[in-house]
Amino acid sequence: MFSDICIDRRKRDACEFLQFGIVPSKARYGESATAEQRSTSIDSVRTAGVFFGRHRSQRTLTMKSPITTDDHFTRSAGRELARYALIAVTVLVMLMYFLNFVAGLTSSGAGGVAGAVDVENNEISIYLREEPPQMNSMLSSDVISGTVLGHVMEGLLRYDDNSQIVAGLAERWEIQGTRATFWIRENARWSNGDPVTAHDFEFAWKTALAPITASQYAFIFYPIKNAEAANTGQMPLESVGVRALNDRTLEVELEQPVAYFDKLVAFPTYLPVQEAFFNATNGRYGADADEMLYTGPFYISSWVHGASMRMEKNPYYWDANRIRIDALNVAYITSDSNTLLNLFKDGRIAQVDLTAEMLEGAMQQKWHLDRFMDGSVFFMDFNHRDNRLTRNLNLRKAMFLAQDGNELVNSVIKLPGYLPAKSLFPVWLQGMEKTFREEYPAPESPYNVALAKEYLEQAKRELGLSEIPPLVLLADTSPVATISSQYYQAVFRKNLGLNIIIDAQTFQQRIAKMNAGDFDIVLAGWGPDYNDPLTFADLYASWNLNNRGNYRSTVLDEQVRIAQTSTDTKTRMDAFGEIQRILHEDVVYIGNYERGRVYATHPQVKGVLRRVIGAEFDYTGAYIDNTGTP
Amino acid sequence: MWQYTLKRLLQGVITVWFIATATFLAMHNVPGDPLSGERAMSASIRANLEARYGLDKSLTQQYFIYIGNFLKGDFGVSFAQENRQVNDIIREHFPVSATLGILAVIFAALGGVLWGALTALYRNRLPDTIIMFLVILGISVPSFVFAALGQLTLVNLNAFFGVSFLPVAGWGTVSHMLLPALVLGMGTMAYLTRLMRSSMLEIIHSDYVRTAKAKGLPPARIFTRHQLRNAILPVITVLGPAIAAITTGGFVVELVFAIPGLGRYFVQAVQQLDYTVIMGTTVFYGAFLVFMVIVVDLLYGWIDPRVRLQ
Repeated sequence: MFSDICIDRRKRDACEFLQFGIVPSKARYGESATAEQRSTSIDSVRTAGVFFGRHRSQRTLTMKSPITTDDHFTRSAGRELARYALIAVTVLVMLMYFLNFVAGLTSSGAGGVAGAVDVENNEISIYLREEPPQMNSMLSSDVISGTVLGHVMEGLLRYDDNSQIVAGLAERWEIQGTRATFWIRENARWSNGDPVTAHDFEFAWKTALAPITASQYAFIFYPIKNAEAANTGQMPLESVGVRALNDRTLEVELEQPVAYFDKLVAFPTYLPVQEAFFNATNGRYGADADEMLYTGPFYISSWVHGASMRMEKNPYYWDANRIRIDALNVAYITSDSNTLLNLFKDGRIAQVDLTAEMLEGAMQQKWHLDRFMDGSVFFMDFNHRDNRLTRNLNLRKAMFLAQDGNELVNSVIKLPGYLPAKSLFPVWLQGMEKTFREEYPAPESPYNVALAKEYLEQAKRELGLSEIPPLVLLADTSPVATISSQYYQAVFRKNLGLNIIIDAQTFQQRIAKMNAGDFDIVLAGWGPDYNDPLTFADLYASWNLNNRGNYRSTVLDEQVRIAQTSTDTKTRMDAFGEIQRILHEDVVYIGNYERGRVYATHPQVKGVLRRVIGAEFDYTGAYIDNTGTP
Repeated sequence: MWQYTLKRLLQGVITVWFIATATFLAMHNVPGDPLSGERAMSASIRANLEARYGLDKSLTQQYFIYIGNFLKGDFGVSFAQENRQVNDIIREHFPVSATLGILAVIFAALGGVLWGALTALYRNRLPDTIIMFLVILGISVPSFVFAALGQLTLVNLNAFFGVSFLPVAGWGTVSHMLLPALVLGMGTMAYLTRLMRSSMLEIIHSDYVRTAKAKGLPPARIFTRHQLRNAILPVITVLGPAIAAITTGGFVVELVFAIPGLGRYFVQAVQQLDYTVIMGTTVFYGAFLVFMVIVVDLLYGWIDPRVRLQ
C-alpha cells in the first residue's frame, strides 16, 4: 500500500503524488485500508474541502466562521511543537554538560566562583581593569602592568606605606655627588632560589638602554652617565655608568648630582632581570607566568590571559614575614564599572572604585568608603606657536578668568574624589616638611567675567582683530573629556562671546595632533613617574617633548635646571614655587582637575594601600580581619 | 558537487585576500599613530620602536612582508599586548568567543524557530500578540542593556536568597556561560522569530500545504514535513552570518561579563590602532565569515534539493 512507500523518506515526493492520485481512484474505502486510515482519509478530504472554502470566504466575505477542523490542525501542530520544544531543551542540557567539559580545557580553575575573602586559604580575590600588556619590566610603561609588577617584583629600593623610600633588595645605599652605591642583601633571592646579584641589575639596565630593545621608558635612566648616548646609539653600552663591583655591590656613576635618584631607582624600569633566564625565554620574557622570575612578595602561579591571574606568596622573598595573605587571586579582568560594582555586591571582589551615581547606594549600604588621589592632573593646554592666536597673553588671561574650575569639577564632571586643579603641582606632592602645596600655596584664581572681558578687548586690540575667529579645542572622546570640552565651549561663548570648535578625536589621534601642533587649545593630562615635584615641574621646559604647546621661557628653563641639578632641598623647593608662579602669571595652561577615586572595601579586608606612585593598589600589606566573625 | 565546493572555496580565498588588502590600506590611512602614548618619545627611541615593528619600511614593502608572513600563518606581535603573538591571542581567545557564540546561536535558533512557529500557528491570537511584543523589545533594545539588566537581576536574586544561583561574571564553567549566551542571542532570537513567523505564514498559504491537507495527511505531519521544514530555510540562510556576527560582535557582552573572548581584543585593537592585531583578527574573522557562508550554501543544498539542481 502507499503507506509503505511513504515511510521511505527519499521516496516521499513520489509517495505524496501517489497518495493524492491513488486514494480517490483505486483504493476503495473499507476494502484495503484499515479503519483508522479510512477515518483519517475521510477527515482529510473534509478538511481540504473546508480549507478551500474558508480560504475563499476569507478573501471575499472576510467572514469569521468558527471552523473546528482548523482548530484541530492547530492543536495537533501545537502538540508537535511542544514535543520539539521538549527535545530542544533536553538536547540543550546535554550540550551544556559537553560545553562544561570544553570550557574546562580552555581555562583553569583560577577564574572560578570564589568569594572576595577566603578565610580558610587566607586569600583575597580582586580584579584588574585590563590584561597587563607588558610584564617585562624593561619595556613596561603602563599602570596595570606596573601594579602587578609592584606585587611580584622588588628592586633595590621601594616605597613604604607612607610613600617614603626604604630599602628593598639593597640592604643599604649611598648617593654622594655623582656616585651611587647599592649593597644587595645576602638573602635576596629569585623565585627559583638563585641569589639576586648586582649583575642582574647591570644586565637589566643596560638591556633596557640598548637601542634594539626600544624601551619607551629608557629616558628614566638618562641621569646615569652616558645612558642617553648609549640609548641613541652614539656610544657603546659598556660605557654606561653602571657596574657590578661584585655579586653584591652595584656602583652607579651619574652625569651630574641628582637629588631624587633614590626615587628613580624605585621605578619599575630599574627592576632586575636574570640574564641566563632572560636568554632562555627566547624573547618571550614576561609573556607568561612561567616565563618570568620574581623577586617580590608574590609570584604568579597561573595566568589565563584576559581572564584571571593568581599570585601566591613567594617563599624566597627576603621579607616574607611582612606578607600576611597567602594568595592574591585576580579573578576578573574587565573595565566595566557596573560589572565590578555587581561583583562587589555579590561578594566576589575585595575592593571596587565607585562612580558618582553609585555613591548614594554605597552610602545607604554603609559600605566602608575611602578616597585617594591617583596622582594625575588634567589641564587645558594652549598652543604657544607663533601663528596661533593663543600665543597672545591677554587672550589667555581672558579665557582663564572666564572659566571656573570649581564649577567644572563640582557641577559638570561631578565625579567623586575629583578636585579642581589649582596648580600643576597636585595636592599630594611632598614638600620639605609638609606637602608642597601647603608650603607653596597655589596662586588664587578668582572667576571674574568683567575682568576677563577687559583682557579680551585688550587682546583684540593687540591682535588687530574686531572679532576673535573660532578657536579649535582638541579633546579625546572619553566621557569626562567630552563633557569638559562642552563646558568650556559653553562658558567661553557665554562669557566672552568666543566661538569654540570642539575637535573630538580618539586618544591616539589626539596625541598625533598634539605632536603636530594642530590645535589652539587641547585637553590633556599628566601623571607622575616618581615622587618628586620635578616629575611635573619640567613639563613646560623648552626641551621637554611633552611640552606640546611649544611654550618657551628662559626664566622657567633656568628654574627647571636649578631643580634638576641642585641637591639642596630648600633651593629645589623654592625653584618649584617659582615655576608654579611663572606658570600662573603667564597663563601657560588652564587647570581642570586632579583625578581622584572613591572606593569601597570589603569589611574583612584591611591594610590595602592605594598608591599615587607605583602600584595603583597594593595588597602586600593586606590581611583578612577575622575578629568580626565567630 | 565537488566542483561547486572547490569553486566556492577558491572564491573564498580571493575574498579573504581582498579583505586583507583593503584592511591593510584602510588601517594605514586611519589618522593617528599606533606607537604614540601620552608620554612623548625622543626621535631615537621612536626610531628604535619603528625598526622593531618594521614601520620604517615603505608601505609597499610592509604590504609584501605582511602578505608573506600571512601566507606562513604568522600575524606578528601585538603593538598593545606587547609580549603576545597575534596567533596566540587568536588561539587563546577565539575558542571562548566561539563557545559563547555557538551557544548564543543555538539559543537564538531554537528559540526563534519555536517562537516563530508558535506565533504563526496562533496568529492574531493572544500568544502571538505577547510574543510579538517581546520580539519588538528584543530587536530594539541593545544587548548591553540586557546584559546590564540581567546581571543586576542576578545580583539582587543572589542577595535576596543568600545563595549564588549563577556567577555574576567571569568565565570557566557552564554556569558562567548561561546568562551571557542568552543575552548575546537575544537580538538574533527576536529577529529569527519574526523571520520564522513570516516564512511560516507564507507557507501556510502555499499550494503544497493545501494539497497536503486536501489529500488527507495527518496535521502533525503536514506541520513538520511541509510547513516547518520549508519555513526553516530562510532561517538557516541567515544562521551562518549570524554565527559570525554573534561571535565577532560579543564585545559588549564580553566586557560586561568579564569574558576573555576575542571580540574584546578585536574592538580594542581598532581603538588602539594595534596594526598587527587588527590585521590578524580581521583576516581571521573574514575567513571565518566566508567559510560560514560557504557551509550554509552547501547545507542549503542538502536541506532543499531544489537548490542543488540549479
